[in-house]
Amino acid sequence: MNAPPAVRRTPPGPLDYLGRWPIRTWLILVVIYLYAPLITLMAFSFNDSRRNIVWRGFTLKYYAQTLADSDLITAFANSLTIAAVSTVVSVVLGALTALLLWRFRFPAKPALEGALALPIVVPEICMGVAMLVFFTQIVRWPTDLIWPLNLGAIIISHISFSFSFVAIVIRGRLASFNRELEEAAKDLGAGEWRIFRDILIPHMRPGLLAGALLAFTLSLDDFVITFFTSGPDTTTFPVKVYSMVRFSVTPEVNAASTLLIVLTVALTAVALRLQGADVARAETGEGL
Amino acid sequence: MDESWKRARAVFATFAGPPVLWLAAFFLVPLAIIWAYSFGDNASLTRIAISGTLANYIHAIQPLYLGIIAKSLWFAGLTTALCLVIGFPVAIAITFASEKSKAWLLLLIMLPFWTNLLIRTYALMAVLRTEGYINFGLGFFWTGLGHLTALFGHPLPAFQPLELLHNNFAVVFGLVYVQLPFMVLPLYAALDRLDRSLLEASLDLGAGHLTTFARVVVPLAVPGIVSGILVTLIPSIGAYLTPDLLGGPSSQMIANVIERQFKTANDWPFGAALSFLLMYMTFVAIAVQAIVARGRKARGR
Repeated sequence: MNAPPAVRRTPPGPLDYLGRWPIRTWLILVVIYLYAPLITLMAFSFNDSRRNIVWRGFTLKYYAQTLADSDLITAFANSLTIAAVSTVVSVVLGALTALLLWRFRFPAKPALEGALALPIVVPEICMGVAMLVFFTQIVRWPTDLIWPLNLGAIIISHISFSFSFVAIVIRGRLASFNRELEEAAKDLGAGEWRIFRDILIPHMRPGLLAGALLAFTLSLDDFVITFFTSGPDTTTFPVKVYSMVRFSVTPEVNAASTLLIVLTVALTAVALRLQGADVARAETGEGL
Repeated sequence: MDESWKRARAVFATFAGPPVLWLAAFFLVPLAIIWAYSFGDNASLTRIAISGTLANYIHAIQPLYLGIIAKSLWFAGLTTALCLVIGFPVAIAITFASEKSKAWLLLLIMLPFWTNLLIRTYALMAVLRTEGYINFGLGFFWTGLGHLTALFGHPLPAFQPLELLHNNFAVVFGLVYVQLPFMVLPLYAALDRLDRSLLEASLDLGAGHLTTFARVVVPLAVPGIVSGILVTLIPSIGAYLTPDLLGGPSSQMIANVIERQFKTANDWPFGAALSFLLMYMTFVAIAVQAIVARGRKARGR
């Protein structure tokens, strides 16, 4: 990028907007705007001062306090459990939906597509209150069940808003499927199940993975809908952090947030790497 | 591709059954209940009678609540406009970057989006509060300036921290912060598909960069602009967390009022009516987008 400008830009590339200083400055300012708050948050979780504003030296004591906070750890375990279960179910439901819409022509198809778009477009707050009413008035989800069954109401809500997103991702992947492979398999005597297992599923794998990552992040990230479906014994990490941040900015919250940021970034990095390798393999036909 | 469902009924049922049942039982039914509640009244503390009354909707269009709805629309509109202005140059920079830096830039813009919304909002609280980083920095400069002017016999008054948090400014600042990646991605997707030779032709024929931008780039990017506006506007109208944590008493948006009806005021039918008003606004926004898209298609774009 930073090659000697006088040599490479004679004449300057007319569309090399990234190389022009106004655009470049703008981009740098936007990146600072997006990252400065998060980076200061992370940096000050290591700051040895409660006032959280002047650097007083490096410490890990807020991490020790965070990890000793059993409420926070419970909430974190709840969040991971909810995300894991909701991801598995969302991927199954999303894959079925994608296959259904990709393969079949049926009378109510536009209506179903519209209904599936609803969880994506309906404002979170509306879905939150709908779930609150549903789980208190219609199906009373017992709150005294043993862990993790007491998380059922939250898990169900998360699946409801996740699986449409997963379906979109997988459907996009299916669009690139080469039908001739299926026909060839059929000619060679493979049955419906065999084609599904040995040809369709391998082709869908990058989509399944991307969908799973999306579902996991959506679940881990959700505050509003969980806020309405969680009870005193079923808090998730965001709900717990919310109750901590409402009135003050403390180093403990900084430490807890930093842990979550690092977890999500690591997860995304792993998924991107896996997916990249998977896509590359699928594109060279190796995975088929 | 388009196999009739009648040719493989068993497979069709296996694919269709679970998602359709799930969607109906755990999404459509809860929404239908809220819809029914919006026509009900509080018969007793715990029971809601669905009487078909329109009182909740009439309650919702009183000036107090109309004002809050208007404020929500104004905040969301302002947020969307700011995201568009801030995000467009970013999308252009990404589009015309080399393949390698393009991937990195996209990741750079997307990474905050993968971070928890609550944490991002909390990070802004730490930046904006009276003892936050912005005020600390300003105070530092002010004191330095004070020392300087004191040399000339004009000491400055003590630094008064700016009230940056718990007001309307903080809400819009936070909404832009949260929504910006949503705007950049569709813009980038549209610009990336754009035929570069058109831009080059425009520049060759003597148009400046700004003219090319206004007369060639923007018209061609309209589909991306429209979907960017939609994906920024809709979550902004219904935003709960941002006004709740960054806003003050006078910057509450419609979602905060809905939450209060369900959690503290205990007026579920009224809250249900407000929820559906919010949902109708969302549907209107989507319908407008669909009409714009169809209009463009009809004109052969």
